[in-house]
Amino acid sequence: MKIIIAGDGKIGFSLTKQLAAEGHDLTVIDINPKVLDTVQNNFDIMVVCGNCATMDTLQAANIEQADLLIAVSDKDEINLLCCMTAHSINPNLHSIARVRDPEYTNQAYLMCDLMGLSMVVNPERSAAQEISRLLKYPGFLKRDTFVGGRVEIVELKVSAKSPMNGVKIMKLSGVIGCKVLICAIVRAGKCIIPSGMDSLMEGDRVFLTAPSNVLQTLLKNLGVVTKKVRSCLIIGGGRISYYLARNLVSAGIRVKIIEQNHDKCVSLASLLPGVTVVEGDASTQSMLSSEGMELFDSVVSLTGLDELNAMLAMYCSGSVNNIVTKIDRIESTGVLDVLPLGSVIHPKELASNEIVRYVRAMQNQSGAAVTVHSIADSMAEASEFAVTAATRNLGVPLKDIRLKDHVLVACIAHGPTVEIPDGDSVISEGDTVIVVTDGSRVIGQLNDIFE
Amino acid sequence: MNVKIIGRMLSFIIAIEAVFMLPAMALNFADGETRSAFAFIVVIAGMLLLAGLTYLLCKGGSSAFYASEGFACVGLGWTLMSVFGCLPFVISGEIPNFVDAFFETVSGFTTTGASILPNVEVISRGMLYWRGFTHWLGGMGMLVFLLAVIPMADKTSGYTMHILRAESPGPSVDKLAPRMRKTARLLYGMYFFLSVANYVCLRFARMPAFDALCIMFASAGTGGFGVRADSLASYTPAAQIVTIIFPLLFGANFSIYYMLIIRKFRAVLRNEELRLYLAIFVLATAAIALNIRGYFATFGEVLRHAAFQVSTIMTTTGFSTTDSNLWPPFSKAILLCLMITGACAGSTGGGIKCARLLLYFKSLLRNVRQLLHPNRVEMVRVNGQVIPETVLKNTNAYLVAYMIISVASVLIISVDGFSVESNLSAVLACFNNIGPGFDAFGVTSNYAALSVLSKLVLSFDMLCGRLEIFPILALLTRSAWSRKV
Repeated sequence: MKIIIAGDGKIGFSLTKQLAAEGHDLTVIDINPKVLDTVQNNFDIMVVCGNCATMDTLQAANIEQADLLIAVSDKDEINLLCCMTAHSINPNLHSIARVRDPEYTNQAYLMCDLMGLSMVVNPERSAAQEISRLLKYPGFLKRDTFVGGRVEIVELKVSAKSPMNGVKIMKLSGVIGCKVLICAIVRAGKCIIPSGMDSLMEGDRVFLTAPSNVLQTLLKNLGVVTKKVRSCLIIGGGRISYYLARNLVSAGIRVKIIEQNHDKCVSLASLLPGVTVVEGDASTQSMLSSEGMELFDSVVSLTGLDELNAMLAMYCSGSVNNIVTKIDRIESTGVLDVLPLGSVIHPKELASNEIVRYVRAMQNQSGAAVTVHSIADSMAEASEFAVTAATRNLGVPLKDIRLKDHVLVACIAHGPTVEIPDGDSVISEGDTVIVVTDGSRVIGQLNDIFE
Repeated sequence: MNVKIIGRMLSFIIAIEAVFMLPAMALNFADGETRSAFAFIVVIAGMLLLAGLTYLLCKGGSSAFYASEGFACVGLGWTLMSVFGCLPFVISGEIPNFVDAFFETVSGFTTTGASILPNVEVISRGMLYWRGFTHWLGGMGMLVFLLAVIPMADKTSGYTMHILRAESPGPSVDKLAPRMRKTARLLYGMYFFLSVANYVCLRFARMPAFDALCIMFASAGTGGFGVRADSLASYTPAAQIVTIIFPLLFGANFSIYYMLIIRKFRAVLRNEELRLYLAIFVLATAAIALNIRGYFATFGEVLRHAAFQVSTIMTTTGFSTTDSNLWPPFSKAILLCLMITGACAGSTGGGIKCARLLLYFKSLLRNVRQLLHPNRVEMVRVNGQVIPETVLKNTNAYLVAYMIISVASVLIISVDGFSVESNLSAVLACFNNIGPGFDAFGVTSNYAALSVLSKLVLSFDMLCGRLEIFPILALLTRSAWSRKV
């Protein structure tokens, strides 16, 4: 497809990377020629320099021929104007705008209708939703849902004391007492799509596929304490903090926000009535102790500095069970793996995943994936496909099918029943399958997995 | 520097060049020129073997590709292409001297058209075909062709931009389409279409089929190798008029044709470079026609010869219909100036290019205005677009490098003892990829009389001219090859 990305910031860049790899024709617009130079040297794309909300610039980017416009510049108003202008030139265009100001969120649906937007993305709100999902279901570092929420891929860290430590994968079901499938392991910054012979080691981050209803059992058998989160300390008072606090308060969780900037404190306090807002510098130890950091059962560090977030997480990890750390800029989390940061959230990755899912859905007529989540720090990908009559190897047991390297069938859903597959499982028409691959190849259609 | 990926690219270049030699070989076989045909077989087999070995040696390894690799690929690729391309001439004995054959092949690939052959009519048809085809390939560029046909393994990589930048002429290079492969295919598609049109027109002008093919190759690449000793003088006037028009078309920026395809006619009409290019053509033709009006019987003939010479020199093709060496000094001076200005950026032609000329004039005017109003802030604009200062800086640096290389080359060549006019015109004609110069190196003579050193210097000039100096200079710097940081 012909896609135009307006705004080459953090999300723009990570979108460019993903969509160019999937073989789309990309044109990137930005006002700063320096960033365009970088992006053009790294990817096979075209660049246009200029204000993305002007007709001239959009026409230079060949908006008439484009299928999709993604406006992700740093200003909401520019993004909206950009989409509206583009629509006036090309009425058949799909458009996605990033709108993140809380003042606009309530009218997002209305704006979609009025301005012909296909989708509004709000990275901060997505991040907040992700964090609150993690806090409501503590114990997992990350959760992605498939098949209408009935299957999940969850992330766990193997600690020294964990019953999983040192166990061969083929013997895992016996140890943890329920049937799950390990679809990816991140070890020392590298992603492995494991076979039954691999063993788990301390420090591994494992990604498990499991039906949603066994997750509770899984945690219990692993000895992970899953006390419900009742209180949350949020450090930093940005947009994510606002959305998160609103979410948590409505779920009955007590929230305290520490923020340095007086004006932000005032605005948060006026917007969020049930929340305790404290003005102060969270990087000082005395401040954290005086606010009773160790009394909270979760800490979320959301300041604008990655380094400070990591430091805060490490400082709190001794006394608080559930820790969530926001990381914006540091790209590969290989260096962060050794640190006790709890769940790591990358807002830009979440938002670009959301957009990539939309792009794939646009192509879905040709049997592309229904849902796609990138897992293992974007080094692997889990995609959900519907099995149709055109799928090859229907009714053949998996052990007799030759799959491509680094491809794993992680789950098969036959109607209402969810099966974690083994060698005897078969795929039949009407099923839904989840396929995991490492980053080396893009699976566009289900038939691509067969050799 | 990532040697392995450069090795892989070079192996592709050698292999494709070998494949392109096949028609020439077949032609020699058909004509019963077995010795030349066998020379091709030996060279093709050797090149394919070498390409295969290089590829195997360089298989795997990282795919890191940055600006320095781009320059190295283009600089080394063109040098190797010329070395291998000249081997059939040497082995068949048609041009026995290696340096002569190398000069001839460099002259072909760089679309110069400067020759060392005293009599082109004794050369076999297969060799003439190959000599002409080097023009066609060199015109749009071997690496651009590579980008169009070879699916690059790593789809995410944007490294192809470094290659396009290093190989395509002009102060700044833009893609026509988001994908490099599509851009390269568009460029070659338009090039191919125009070439076919040119061939058909030449045939209608009653040129023999083989001659038309070779002349088409030379016009398309704006090269200038003919197949007759008198270049184009003995063909019909219609064929000469076709060869006024088509080099002019090939000398225009190919993005103009793309704009025509996507129906942006207004942008084409307002294109400042195109206007300058056509204005230079019309004015120079008028001036020369006035100057030489006594030389030919009818005014039509005067105009045809003037327009032919202006078109062929400013597009850096270098054909001839008459001996311009005998023209009055004013006409020769105009032709000398046209040699330097050259064709448009993004075309198959050489020279400084009209796009740069525009930038020089505009930034010069800006500097003068700034002398009068020292605090004035002013941007240089072309086609309404602001030109970034870095582009202006690079364009100025280009002129300095251009001057230094020209002067140094003239100095070295002067050792051979030819007249000042000969030496100056020879360097300008080679450096700007035109072909024939004046006086001792005029259209009726050739470059065979020069010493080996002078031929190598001129070969270097031709490569520098075609690749716009910097890729070749970059190869010569120590930091390009240093393993240290």
